[in-house]
Amino acid sequence: MADSFAASDPVLAVEDLSIVFDGPSGPVTVVDRVSFRIHRGEKFALVGESGSGKTQTALALLRLNGDARVSGRIRFGGRDLLALGEREMRGVRGREIAMIFQEPMTALNPLYTVGDQISETLVLHEGSTRAAARARAIELLELTGIPEPQRRVDSYSHQLSGGQRQRAMIAMALACSPALLVADEPTTALDVTIQRQIVELLDDLQRRLGMSVLLITHDLPLVRRFAGRVGVMRQGRLLEVGTTPVLFERPADPYTRRLIDSRPKRSIQPITAEAPELMRADRVGCRFWLKSGWFGRKPFDAVREVDLSLRQGETLGIVGESGSGKTTLGMTLLRLASGDSSGEIRFAGERLDGRPQSALRALRRRLQVVFQDPYNSLSPRMTIEQIVGEGLALHRPELGPDRRREAIVSMLAEVGLDASVLSRYPHEFSGGQRQRVAIARAAILNPSLLLLDEPTSALDVSVQQQVLELLAGLQRKYGLSYVFITHDLAVIRAMAHRMIVMKDGRVVEAGDTEALFAAPHADYTRTLLAAVPD
Amino acid sequence: MSAVPVPPGVPAEASAPVAARLPSLSPARRAFRRFRADRRGWWSLWIFGTLVILSLCAEVLSNDRPIVAHYQGSTYFPLWNNYPETTFGGDFATATDYLDPFIREQFDKPGNWAVFPPNLYRFDTINYFSPSPNPAPPSAVNVLGTDDRGRDVLARLIYGFRVSVLFGLALTAIGVIIGVITGAIQGYFGGRIDLAFQRFIEIWGSMPELYLLLIFASLFEPGVLILLVILSLFGWMGLSDYVRAEFLRNRNLEYVTAARALGLSNAQIIRRHVLPNSLTPVIAFLPFRMSGAILALTSLDFLGLGVPPSTASLGELLAQGKANLDAWWITLSTFGVLVGTLMLLIFIGEALRGALDTRRG
Repeated sequence: MADSFAASDPVLAVEDLSIVFDGPSGPVTVVDRVSFRIHRGEKFALVGESGSGKTQTALALLRLNGDARVSGRIRFGGRDLLALGEREMRGVRGREIAMIFQEPMTALNPLYTVGDQISETLVLHEGSTRAAARARAIELLELTGIPEPQRRVDSYSHQLSGGQRQRAMIAMALACSPALLVADEPTTALDVTIQRQIVELLDDLQRRLGMSVLLITHDLPLVRRFAGRVGVMRQGRLLEVGTTPVLFERPADPYTRRLIDSRPKRSIQPITAEAPELMRADRVGCRFWLKSGWFGRKPFDAVREVDLSLRQGETLGIVGESGSGKTTLGMTLLRLASGDSSGEIRFAGERLDGRPQSALRALRRRLQVVFQDPYNSLSPRMTIEQIVGEGLALHRPELGPDRRREAIVSMLAEVGLDASVLSRYPHEFSGGQRQRVAIARAAILNPSLLLLDEPTSALDVSVQQQVLELLAGLQRKYGLSYVFITHDLAVIRAMAHRMIVMKDGRVVEAGDTEALFAAPHADYTRTLLAAVPD
Repeated sequence: MSAVPVPPGVPAEASAPVAARLPSLSPARRAFRRFRADRRGWWSLWIFGTLVILSLCAEVLSNDRPIVAHYQGSTYFPLWNNYPETTFGGDFATATDYLDPFIREQFDKPGNWAVFPPNLYRFDTINYFSPSPNPAPPSAVNVLGTDDRGRDVLARLIYGFRVSVLFGLALTAIGVIIGVITGAIQGYFGGRIDLAFQRFIEIWGSMPELYLLLIFASLFEPGVLILLVILSLFGWMGLSDYVRAEFLRNRNLEYVTAARALGLSNAQIIRRHVLPNSLTPVIAFLPFRMSGAILALTSLDFLGLGVPPSTASLGELLAQGKANLDAWWITLSTFGVLVGTLMLLIFIGEALRGALDTRRG
């Protein structure tokens, strides 16, 4: 743990910090003897996967860990924060150390205007008058680049977009010019183009105000672009600390190396020219009816006039930001969308549109889907055997229970799970393992087409890479076609042969993945690609 | 491909501690464990279960006939057969009154014997041989005294408890079945069906239940069955709302879409996926619904709108207690049984609610 700045002037020095929770089966150590320093005007990042203890470490700086037992020392401004009384601690929070959170929607109080919430800190800590606080709030909003700050100061959180909310959060955090800003996954909940703006804003503010920033994130490209020094955490331990270029070039710890290497790699085979067309959609649309007034309704087209085609063994990526209609398009293609769909969908020569659901049931075997959230997509009261075997029992009843079990075991082996999981329940598995079960449930039916709706977005980076490799392997082995929906351009670049870019329900651009990344035509695609940290 | 080779079949995260070596417990087994951990609820269930089973054997426990009788070399089973008094040396061919001192004497003679139930009275047995006027206070003859018609209070409590519990069970079961079905239909299909059902429930729920009961009580001969029907007509609505809300939530979860993508029919999805995950409020409410049903029957009986007066019922006893305030043994013992029953049910309900809270261990 070489600390190159050790001698200079630290704003914050964390020494031997341990955080222990009392679980139902004894104490659980979530942070284990962590020590690091942050210097004046430095951008320090703590990186780690879920459960690494990085957020608990950040919360400990503000003593917000709830009923955990915190030990060690946190030196800040000549005091040990862990030794302060609750009353003195309140003077530190927001004034000397401020924090911004991952989800700006829930971190802002919906009952107060943005201006009220910014002013609150000022009135509380600096004793400003209401009028002065309001003027300062407008100044701060202007500083964070919100358009029309005079008007926005009176907005409620629901009247702002996601990016504006995060800007308002930052304005709140900056209100008392803190010496240290703790940013806990500040961009994770945002779309890529907004992410870039927020990172640039933080960068700019840090430089102008000369404060220190502690960034908590799992996003390595973000760290590389933003932070000066990085600490890598895993299972409560701080594995190594180093300056960003050194750490990324020559990681000392094997885990850090694995984390850096776990960025998606292109692992798909080219499509032969004679591969037959499997699915074709012409002018597909999906319309929802929104309530308007008391009795009226107005149409909302979530998807409009999308054309696409997919060949055997090919992966078609669908990329777009939240609200672009990419998931609705996927559901419409499988006839699972709840809105009114239009247009023509052909699958293996058969029309899918216009047929009643009961007529589609037999075809469903060949059209399977894997969802984003592995916590919601498995029924919590069924065993893994029941979950994976359900489709088989429905579509291939001629297999007896014994042969069905054999098929389930061999499918589970293929997705990397052994037979001991058969009688287990989903809650006993990690996110990556659940996603493997969901893939097994879909793949056991031997489908021709698999719709993957953000299959790796809820997973840690190292697990994400394993799941992507599993999917690529299944495609090579069985010649599966994938419709791969994601907002993550790195993933799409690794997985898709061709891709379409969606915005507001329309296709903005379509084409070969490599060609599109090399030379995007549409302006929107260009902004999207520019936002991806390289 | 990757810098870190992942051996096939051994994903790196499989080595993560996910309680992989612990025996696998189904959610139901875990819930049972949590239920058992609540000692008060667990014991309440045992006590209540024992009392219900005992009350189901009320004929053997509290009856005015011997279970087995041996008279002049022959064995008789008066509990199941009617014997004329002449069988046991009486004068008349009418059914034997085994409480008659003369008949008791016959069995006391050498060679004859009779095994009587622990309590010597049925719910409708009138003790003509009571030493004190009716209502008689507790004595060695009638442990909890008699009511104003000379019927044994203990016997009426045992039989009344049985009627109440069976009525409560039946009303709960019917209410749950109707409530779950209607709630499931509304919640799963949503939209217009939901809208129509909701309006129907609003209209149906605004009907004056008590007036209907009064009207029906005058139209039909009051009885357990007619009460069950009328109370069932209105009793399902509360539960239906909870089940509907659970279905509305669960049908939007991805495992339901996944099941649709597998090609399952609506009925299969409801039965296998949505219903098992929506039953938590139903099970948690069961004991409370049952205590509500028991209380409803008791109140109606108390008001004289319930079961016919010949049937043993806790409400009818309470009404007698009110009519005979000096006969404290009627009110006090009935009140004790009622409070005890409701308390046991509520303890069971609390334990059940805790057991179904998956956030606990």
